Amino acid sequence: MGNSYLVTAMRDGLAEAMREDPAVVLFGEDADRSVMGSTRGLIDEFGPDRVRNIPLSEATIVGCGVGAAAAGLRPVIDLMVSSFFYVTMDQLANQAAKLRYMSGGQVELPIVYFAATGGAGSAAAQHSESPHPTFIQQAGLKVVMPSTPSDAKGLMLAAVRDPNPVVYLQEASLGGTRGPVPEGPYEVPLGQAEVRRNGSDVTVVAVGRTVTVALAVAEELDGEGVSVEVIDPRTLHPWDADTVMESVARTGRLVVLDTARQSCGFAAEVIATACTEAFGSLRAAPVRVCAPDVPMPFAPQLERHLAVDEHKVKAAVLRSLA
Amino acid sequence: MADRAAEAGPELDDLEALRTMIRIREFEEMCRRLFARGRLPGFVHLYIGQEAVAAGACLALRADDQITSNHRGHGHVIAKGGDPARMFAELLGKADGYCGGKGGSMHIVDFPSGMLGTNGIVGGGIPIATGAAFANQHLGNSRVALSFFGDGATNQGVFFESLNLAALWRLPVIFLAENNQYTEWTRTEDLTVGEITQRAAPFGVPARQVDGNDVTAVHEAVRKAAGRARSGDGPSLIECVTYRWHGHNEGEEAFAGRYRPEAEIEEWKARDPIAALESRLLDDGVVDAARLEAIHTSERDLIEAAHEWALAAPAAPVEDALTDVFSPAGP
Ligand SMILES: Cc1ncc(C[n+]2csc(CCOP(=O)(O)OP(=O)(O)O)c2C)c(N)n1
Ligand SMILES: [Mg+2]
Repeated sequence: MGNSYLVTAMRDGLAEAMREDPAVVLFGEDADRSVMGSTRGLIDEFGPDRVRNIPLSEATIVGCGVGAAAAGLRPVIDLMVSSFFYVTMDQLANQAAKLRYMSGGQVELPIVYFAATGGAGSAAAQHSESPHPTFIQQAGLKVVMPSTPSDAKGLMLAAVRDPNPVVYLQEASLGGTRGPVPEGPYEVPLGQAEVRRNGSDVTVVAVGRTVTVALAVAEELDGEGVSVEVIDPRTLHPWDADTVMESVARTGRLVVLDTARQSCGFAAEVIATACTEAFGSLRAAPVRVCAPDVPMPFAPQLERHLAVDEHKVKAAVLRSLA
Repeated sequence: MADRAAEAGPELDDLEALRTMIRIREFEEMCRRLFARGRLPGFVHLYIGQEAVAAGACLALRADDQITSNHRGHGHVIAKGGDPARMFAELLGKADGYCGGKGGSMHIVDFPSGMLGTNGIVGGGIPIATGAAFANQHLGNSRVALSFFGDGATNQGVFFESLNLAALWRLPVIFLAENNQYTEWTRTEDLTVGEITQRAAPFGVPARQVDGNDVTAVHEAVRKAAGRARSGDGPSLIECVTYRWHGHNEGEEAFAGRYRPEAEIEEWKARDPIAALESRLLDDGVVDAARLEAIHTSERDLIEAAHEWALAAPAAPVEDALTDVFSPAGP
């Protein structure tokens, strides 16, 4: 077991996938140098035929992924920053997400689209999106968001092996997080949540970088006699409702944290599911902590103001207990 | 048919061009120092080396003409008449910044000076200039819109779509490609087939390549294109060949490695657009060394004062993060 940065672990998962299957090809802007670090060094091992520097033509590249997958490859496409997905929305939402369904199941589209996501370091409104709810809405895209280096590697390999388009979102602010990562190939199965901390008073479902926030708050509340269970869904679509509902049935309380804007987000989905599927076990109204419905501002103090932080999360947990 | 010569803008004022280029250089040098000291949050893409493009182009436009720009946009904002003090204030997240701290380096916008937006999305400004040109045509106000974008942006679909639409409707728009020979850390020729100017040919849009380090050449090309646009003859494409002295973004050393030959950088530094204009003005006897020194000093003072003002300005209050999503104006 080595110790690795999250982006490096993600890169290692990709390297495992490329080693085991020559059909895996990688496209990215400056994929050889890799701004984010998630493809660094791959060109040395796999060569420029399989690791391709692409022109600034994201819409076409996302669509090329569809065609290349339909014609026998397993393309992996680095969009660099998740805000840039919006430039590609026709190819992603109308084509990649729908071709299998529209063709009555004739085709498998094993494609991974990945990018750094979320507000970090004053990148401002056009480089700070957390667009995962938009992708969940497309029905034909699986959506994953790891919060630990070990999951980053295992989810990447699982995503490349999956026969469907997967949008893999790597929290920009977690790229430099270090943690233990097993050697060799292994999968973190898509659609499987992980209970990060066991607890009995309240269930906190936390997405991406908010997992760390939730764990810190759980630790603090433990000292105040409150037992918090923290669940990291890891895959946001299709998500592991069973694990969350089982927890809610025990605790009777639910708080959901998400980096995306609140309206029609993942937190809304989890809470609606709890209200419809586990209403009888709820002992308090569920609470969500999300980004407000505004674009991400530039100034550091404004950006911080919108973040899902420990202060807001603790208040939300206490509210659910009140 | 309007008189073409009358429609074209004024001859270039060399001293105004020089002052504008020096102002941009001083602004960017200050940004470089601030970034190196950890004082500038976010992404910073410097324009040093490309000043003749912004200055030549904007001085060929009228004050009420519009421009759109990209991530490397500080020079465009200044050349269009932007206030360096409010720009610094924006970069420092101050309430008096152009966008109240919401925008930052890649989103400085100054509508009153016709600056319709720098842009964080490569290619994002091209359709916006096209649309402004449509409005100008529709309203019959004789304004021209110009879009600054890089060589990399010419691989985006919106570039071709905008060329087609502008040609179809004869829109008063100028597409100005700044070919600094790199798209991030990759050489343009490794990503972009053929000449950028050839890309206008199928649309019947006239295209010219000019030396982007020659402010007079840039000015002349844009002046002609603006005249054409104003007389109803439609869009033009101008490719300005130039070079950025700095990295793609400040701080790239952390991951980019060496991707440009040292000799190439030196060769282009020797073609400094500011020094080139200065030596011509000296040769022509328009200025002497003392006059040049005075211009440099006054621009440096102006930038330092602008920075001081921005430093002293109040930080944007955190509650502002929640405002400005929708306009409250309405029926
Ligand atoms: C749609 C989109 N894709 C990728 C990026 C990341 N990016 C920022 S600048 C840039 C290169 C732009 O090159 P060019 O247009 O030549 O402008 P230059 O930086 O050379 O001035 C890239 C790829 C982006 N901001 N937007
Ligand atoms: Mg370029």
